[in-house]
Amino acid sequence: MGALENLLLGFSVALTPVNLFWCFIGVILGTVVGVLPGLGPAATIAMLLPLTLKMDHTTAIIALAGIFYGARYGGSTTSILLNIPGESSSVVTCLDGYQLARQGRAGAALGISAVASFVAGTIGILGLMLIAPPLARFALRFAPPEYFGLMVLGLAMVVFLAGKSMIKALLAMLVGLWVATIGTDLFTAESRFTFGQVKLLGGVDFIAATVGIFAIGEVLINLESRGGAELFKISKGLRNLLPTLQDLKDCRFAFLNGSLVGFFVGALPGAGATVASFLSYGIEKAFSRHPEKFGTGVIEGVAAPEGANNADASGALVPLLTLGIPGGNTTAILLGGLILWGYKPGPLLIQEHPELFWGLVASMYIGNVLLLILNIPLVPLFAQILRLPYFILYPLILGISVVGVYSVNSSVFDVWMMGLFGLLGYLMRKLDFPAAALILGMVLGDALERALRQSLMMSQGDLAILVNRPISGTLLLIAVGLLCLPAIRKVRSWRIQAVEQEG
Amino acid sequence: MKKDKGNLISGACLAAFGLYVISVAAKLPYVSEVGPGPGFFPLWLGIGLMIFASYLMLSSVLALKKESPSDSSPWQASGRALAGWFGLMVAIALLGWIGFSVSFVFLTMFLIVALDRRPLLLSAGVAIGLAVGFHFLFVMALDVSLPVGRWGF
Repeated sequence: MGALENLLLGFSVALTPVNLFWCFIGVILGTVVGVLPGLGPAATIAMLLPLTLKMDHTTAIIALAGIFYGARYGGSTTSILLNIPGESSSVVTCLDGYQLARQGRAGAALGISAVASFVAGTIGILGLMLIAPPLARFALRFAPPEYFGLMVLGLAMVVFLAGKSMIKALLAMLVGLWVATIGTDLFTAESRFTFGQVKLLGGVDFIAATVGIFAIGEVLINLESRGGAELFKISKGLRNLLPTLQDLKDCRFAFLNGSLVGFFVGALPGAGATVASFLSYGIEKAFSRHPEKFGTGVIEGVAAPEGANNADASGALVPLLTLGIPGGNTTAILLGGLILWGYKPGPLLIQEHPELFWGLVASMYIGNVLLLILNIPLVPLFAQILRLPYFILYPLILGISVVGVYSVNSSVFDVWMMGLFGLLGYLMRKLDFPAAALILGMVLGDALERALRQSLMMSQGDLAILVNRPISGTLLLIAVGLLCLPAIRKVRSWRIQAVEQEG
Repeated sequence: MKKDKGNLISGACLAAFGLYVISVAAKLPYVSEVGPGPGFFPLWLGIGLMIFASYLMLSSVLALKKESPSDSSPWQASGRALAGWFGLMVAIALLGWIGFSVSFVFLTMFLIVALDRRPLLLSAGVAIGLAVGFHFLFVMALDVSLPVGRWGF
């Protein structure tokens, strides 16, 4: 059977009233858990998994996958409106999304985020449909040295997050890498930097740290002046609350960039949507005509990471459905579901159960359309949040932050950590240290250390393993090139100055 | 405090922090039976922190020599922000004793009355309204468990 016939089979499965209904419920639920910080799709799917035992299995996977990719749609809402990342993969969206909201363009940012999610989601599904098996085989060639190369490439994106001072960005990144080392060492079970706190043995909760740095830090900086630092400007009229044609035109490359980066990074087990969003943001800035404006409220700075974290959801299903390898928490729970329902996820799944695979693919097309239809009308409604006076808005942000962080592990300790990171976020803003660089280090630190140590174990301590292998060598070469960019730019500007002075 | 002075102090703090990371990492095994040990990665992190922090200190010392004197300080308004942060930390400390709803009411009233100098009645209205809204949305609609006081909310 060709891809088209398979897809028709999929649509015949997905368009049954029951499957349509559960797809709708899944994407709605996903959007809600995406909007709320802390309450993620993994926990929601885990909670709902037992309820699916009596459902038809195809219907169940359609509903659960709807939660998975629906959460990616919702994750941007609080990032843009309140500077609270709803999901870890929405951290980068805060950088330009929140600035756009401050300039009165929250609606445009939310709208472009929905469109980017739709475009990337659709491209991701096309990828899942057409190149899943060969891509999964390629992903299997990623051993620890290749992962190390990928993580270093991710860290090299610090160049694009640096702002005014590269040294400060590097220092923030190193502090982030240090935060990632807190807890129990995975190889030797030795505790590191736990300050005698048992609750730190599992490491610092990522959501607590990001919400602290972004949301609490932002509230504190605004508390400095009585009456709020700057009230949000709100555009009047529905038309002004949605992205313009020019915005869509400006984001053409960002849509494609986010889709491709998100899908390919998503297909690599363990890489994750957060890495994809940072990479796509870095690429967008590198190829932009106005890189200096990134971080001040650039619409492409929202489109690229939002596209990436949605395409990642389709990419993450590639190793799950074709090899039976979960790439992250949510796909691990989905794998558990498939096994629970009696399937054997692996190379034969598509052949043995075409209705399941193609039904899921077709339902994702439908789910993406539903999400776009649901989200675009909600944009003006969400944007109204910014009309609230600051003396309501700031307690609201603090309250959502506390609830969001507490709800992850029901831990007051995590809320304490959020408070401490809030102070750190405030000090970083005051001293011009880029907070996103610290988050980048935190996100990649654990995977970087693991990949480096595993690589050195493979080579018995020989560092050459990191550069001798073609994929890792190429990735490291690109990373070195990126890290040299600021120096090259500086030399070029000196040369131009020298030529002008001579002239 | 001027910008370069801030950089100098933050550079010094980070250098001291790098030294701390090195000192802890040095106590952990650098090499284990299976390969690099738990001290391997943090040790190099600490060294990196020391190097970059020293560079930041050095560049700010050089900039300080060139800087013209100025009265404006970006830290003058920090008192309000730090008071807000202190209020938040007190509210977090109270979470386990009086629950989320009541501690949130206190925090909101503190922010509105003490920091923003608005009427007590308005602040009480906003605080109670938001706390009730949170309770309905998170506890009742989404079944999220929040810290409760002895009176059950």
